[in-house]
Amino acid sequence: MAGLSPPGVLFAVLGLAAIFAPFMTLAANRIVAGEGRALWTLAAPQITGPGIALMLLGLALGLPAARPFLRIAGAALGLAGLVWLLVLGASSLLAEAGDYARVSPAAGFWFLLVVFALMMADALSALSPGPAARAGLLVLVIALVGALLWSGALSNLSIAQEFASRKNAFYTASLRHLGLAFGSLLAAAVIGLPLGVLSHRNAGLRRALLPVLSFLQTIPSLAMFGIMIPVLSWLSGVIPGARAIGIAGIGFAPAFLALTLYSLLPVVANVLAGLRTAPAATLEAARGMGMTWRQRLTRVELPLGLPVVLSGLRIVLVQNIGLAVIAGLIGGGGYGTFVFQGLNQTAGDLILLGALPTVALALVSAIAMDILVELTTPRTEREE
Amino acid sequence: MSRSGMIRAACVALLLALVLRPHWFTPVFAPFAPAGGPVIYERASILSLSLSHLGLVALASGLATLVAVGLAILVTRPAGAAFLPLSRTITNIGQTFPPVAVLALAVPALGFGAGPTLVALFLYGLLPIFETAIAGLSTLPPATMEAARGIGLTRWQRLIRVELPLALPVILTGIRLSVVIAIGTATVGSTVAARTLGEVIIAGLLTSNTAFVLQGGVIVGLFAVLVYDALSLLETALTRRLGRQSAGAEA
Repeated sequence: MAGLSPPGVLFAVLGLAAIFAPFMTLAANRIVAGEGRALWTLAAPQITGPGIALMLLGLALGLPAARPFLRIAGAALGLAGLVWLLVLGASSLLAEAGDYARVSPAAGFWFLLVVFALMMADALSALSPGPAARAGLLVLVIALVGALLWSGALSNLSIAQEFASRKNAFYTASLRHLGLAFGSLLAAAVIGLPLGVLSHRNAGLRRALLPVLSFLQTIPSLAMFGIMIPVLSWLSGVIPGARAIGIAGIGFAPAFLALTLYSLLPVVANVLAGLRTAPAATLEAARGMGMTWRQRLTRVELPLGLPVVLSGLRIVLVQNIGLAVIAGLIGGGGYGTFVFQGLNQTAGDLILLGALPTVALALVSAIAMDILVELTTPRTEREE
Repeated sequence: MSRSGMIRAACVALLLALVLRPHWFTPVFAPFAPAGGPVIYERASILSLSLSHLGLVALASGLATLVAVGLAILVTRPAGAAFLPLSRTITNIGQTFPPVAVLALAVPALGFGAGPTLVALFLYGLLPIFETAIAGLSTLPPATMEAARGIGLTRWQRLIRVELPLALPVILTGIRLSVVIAIGTATVGSTVAARTLGEVIIAGLLTSNTAFVLQGGVIVGLFAVLVYDALSLLETALTRRLGRQSAGAEA
């Protein structure tokens, strides 16, 4: 059995088990709990057959250890089978049900999706693609998912109906979520970079600053958002004109401020760590060449420390995309609005409408930032 | 008593007072409460919320430690080496999942309450512990390992008597990180009706009562700081003991 990939065997076993789990649920309306339907009960065998065959073939192709390309092809076939079953299964289930019926993917679908996605990731990591190849793949996957959503093939699913009934709210929430996450990242970078550089040069400032920032980090995220509300409503009352530029106790401003404060520690700490990566000999050489400290900073220390600084920004971005969901609790908008509405109405698909884009955004940002970090890493280090 | 020891004792005393005698703090929080509104949270006892908060964190972190260390042992053995890239991928991806999203996604499957919170805290705790356990188990001094093999220890004995004790301080760093993250994240669990100190903060958010927000926030923050501190002390003590042992062995 030497030719078998051990993870491939694991995927095959898990995948086969998941095929027997309920693949979709059919509910009489939006709120009631649905009944689970197994794969082969979704539609006529001539419709489900090809999909199941594709997935089995995919699991089988994942087995040979020495052929990562074959395993990638297997994962792609499996994902294709999964989408085939989801699209055709949804329309056939709806055809036999009432007007208000809702269909959603169930445990079996999600499980198989995870199995094939991990199979793809495992095979890809065996090839260890460079940053350009990874960026290309990321764009390809986004384009494929985008095309699938755009085509309307999934419009029978319950989550798509939740989307259709609040399209405009969804676009507003998306903009707001992106604004919160990227805006606070930008603000943290603008404040944190100079703070990091200054405290790199000044040990006294460093000793005073780091405990304060660590303290900010220990405040639970919920409380941080809550504390910002009175602080900002006080500010908007005291500072003339503050209200006119959108500083108010609830909404965007407190969420933005809370996220920015949270981001300062990782930014400053990583700037400090990054500036320390320049070897002493290199700095000595720079000093010997007669560079001023500003030249040493911009031409030696910052370029050498850039990957570390960027990985700090990666931590902040992923963290803020997740924390921005909490803004939904204090009227700050974003995808959290749907998550908390869904929790209140116990409407699972509305929760999904908020949670899935958040997860996707976090994943894409993490992968994109990893690629950036690798691109900025000096070539000699990468080859080691 | 040293200065850090005094600060520590003061923090413990403050925390105990906040948890056991919340009413003592009425004058402190009163300026932040809305006019005529309640100052101190009374719908549940702070003590029982704290215990249930810490219980959730302890259970989730305990499970995460068992699974993460177990996985790390597995993938650092020759038989499990093929799973190393896969387990890295899984824990990395797991970490990018936003905690609130995990909580919300777990609700349809597990219902409201402690279940989804446990799942989210568990998933979130895995990565730091797994990463440090791998680092600890794969960077053991080769001479020590050679000596262990030389005196005829079996694989199992080497793992239990040499590798795990040597890796323990490093693994503890991961556990400390993971527990502190869990203490903060558990507050979010109250959005899905888990009984944690987040309940106090959320009650404050919903009734725009900053006194509640501060009360809950200060208690959770103090718990996080003190647990972090206690685990750091444990780590230092262990490292020192290990250092003395290996120094003694060399002498």
